[in-house]
Amino acid sequence: MAAVSLRDVRKSYTPELQVIHGVNMEIRDGEFIVILGPSGCGKSTLLRMVAGLETITAGEILIGDRVVNKLEPKDRDIAMVFQNYALYPHMSVYDNMAYGLRIRGLSQNEISERVNKAAEILELKKFLDRKPRALSGGQRQRVAMGRAIVREPQVFLFDEPLSNLDAKLRVQMRGELQSLHRRLGTTSLFVTHDQVEAMTLAQRMIVMNAGRAEQIGAPLEVYAKPATTFVAGFIGSPPMNLIPKDGRLLGVRPEHLEPCAASDAMLTMDVDLIEPLGADIIVYGHEGNPGGDGSSARIAARLPADAKAQAGKLAVRYAPQNAHWFDPASGKRIEA
Amino acid sequence: MVENRPLLTLWSHAVLLAGIALVAFPLYVTFVASTRTLEEILQVPMPLLPGPHLWENYSQVLSSGTTRGATAPVGQMMLNSLVMALVIPLGKMAISVISAFAIVYFRFPLRNFFFWMIFVTLMLPVEVRIIPTFKVIADLGMLNSYAGLTIPLIASATATFLFRQFFMTIPDELAEAARVDGASPMRFFMDVLLPLSKTTMAALFVIQFIYGWNQYLWPLLITTDESMYTSVIGIKRMIVGGDALTEWHLVMATAILAMLPPALVVVLMQKWFVKGLVETEK
Repeated sequence: MAAVSLRDVRKSYTPELQVIHGVNMEIRDGEFIVILGPSGCGKSTLLRMVAGLETITAGEILIGDRVVNKLEPKDRDIAMVFQNYALYPHMSVYDNMAYGLRIRGLSQNEISERVNKAAEILELKKFLDRKPRALSGGQRQRVAMGRAIVREPQVFLFDEPLSNLDAKLRVQMRGELQSLHRRLGTTSLFVTHDQVEAMTLAQRMIVMNAGRAEQIGAPLEVYAKPATTFVAGFIGSPPMNLIPKDGRLLGVRPEHLEPCAASDAMLTMDVDLIEPLGADIIVYGHEGNPGGDGSSARIAARLPADAKAQAGKLAVRYAPQNAHWFDPASGKRIEA
Repeated sequence: MVENRPLLTLWSHAVLLAGIALVAFPLYVTFVASTRTLEEILQVPMPLLPGPHLWENYSQVLSSGTTRGATAPVGQMMLNSLVMALVIPLGKMAISVISAFAIVYFRFPLRNFFFWMIFVTLMLPVEVRIIPTFKVIADLGMLNSYAGLTIPLIASATATFLFRQFFMTIPDELAEAARVDGASPMRFFMDVLLPLSKTTMAALFVIQFIYGWNQYLWPLLITTDESMYTSVIGIKRMIVGGDALTEWHLVMATAILAMLPPALVVVLMQKWFVKGLVETEK
């Protein structure tokens, strides 16, 4: 186990095409970090740079206290789990897990001990002789994790490992990943575009956009205090409402809006879409008082299940402490 | 599609049967001729039932060939053919699997240029470059040798191309996983790529075995020594001048013998062959 430091890490393919614009982060020993962002934001590239599968254009990456910029993946003491699992199709589950250990020249006894231990943790004992194609998606996923575990690396790297699984299995594997991390305590970097995965797995997360780290922090902290309009709009479902007001942007989460009498209204919305979800009702609409240029923002509000939602005018209010303010030009948060 | 139209079924069966007869009948006549004496074959009409001389004819050609034309034993010719039909596919595969590996997995200057250089040789089969190739082989003193028979036919773009296409369908993550596992490029090649290429290789082997076995023009040019004849050339050389001089029953026996190995390879390797062409295991 080891700490990982990213120091002004940059990546460009050509001088014009820069994809990572300087990311700084200190990851503590044993921490579970999620890198979250929309597709194309550079999150996988960042992970692959830590893995050693992409070169680092500028900056430094340290694992433990070694600068690993120039080291081959095998010398970085990391293990990686790929999105499509990347299992060797012609090898049995056992051999898939043992391959890396054989290359490192471990003794047969030690290999079988480690593989069996990993198989036990991941409940793969019955499948050790099978080929990957005779396994289900979730089982293949576990083999891929087993291959990472047996190496006993300093750092686990996960590249969207759950995105090829169906919804139910994803929830289950998420739980297993959490308990695995509790049990092994290995420093982990986990890339995903799924905010639920990020919120539930991360001890801290990095929200990335267009090659920049927009915000780094604990999930609830990021949710409660988004640093930029991008983070505000990316996290939360539906995302935070952003409404132009007095030359600034007002951000209010849908769940912080509550219906009220027209006289108390802080906002009036013109409801045109109602989505009853059972536990609550989400209503969407335009802001009722258009701005000076005639444009009006889309607003979503999460109402209790027993609220009477109907199309037309809806007056809502919010508690002042739940309002966030952003600078419209830079998108940055303005602290009250 | 399920259809129930008896007339159509009858008609399509008739067409298929006629097709089979068209292909199979000459083969049958060849076989009949190889079991009879020369005099019986030359009768008009020729008898259409197998005769009693099967063993006699086949053992004569295998051990001592014909008495006129090529007098070398066909056994030797079959061996020469076999060497050609084995060395060509094995040589081709060895070279092209390595070159395809280099082209797909390594970034070196002019990579695409080299690939296209290899690729354009597809447009230059032996027949097109036969005179310069003959000159080179003759100057190197490789006439009438196994080296001369096989080496010019080994260099091939077809196989390189086939392996390149196959390697490009293997997901990049597999190579990356191997890298993270600590496998060197050659180790990845031996442990992962080669085992995955097994079916492709089998398909290629069948095609190239038949290609090597059936070579005609090239061995015809460079073998003048009877002991280096391949079976296909042997047949050509056994046919001397007029009908009466040629020992047709022996020629036919040789023809049947020459047909057997490719047929055997196809039948025995059919399962692998089809797998290699249609199935990919990834």
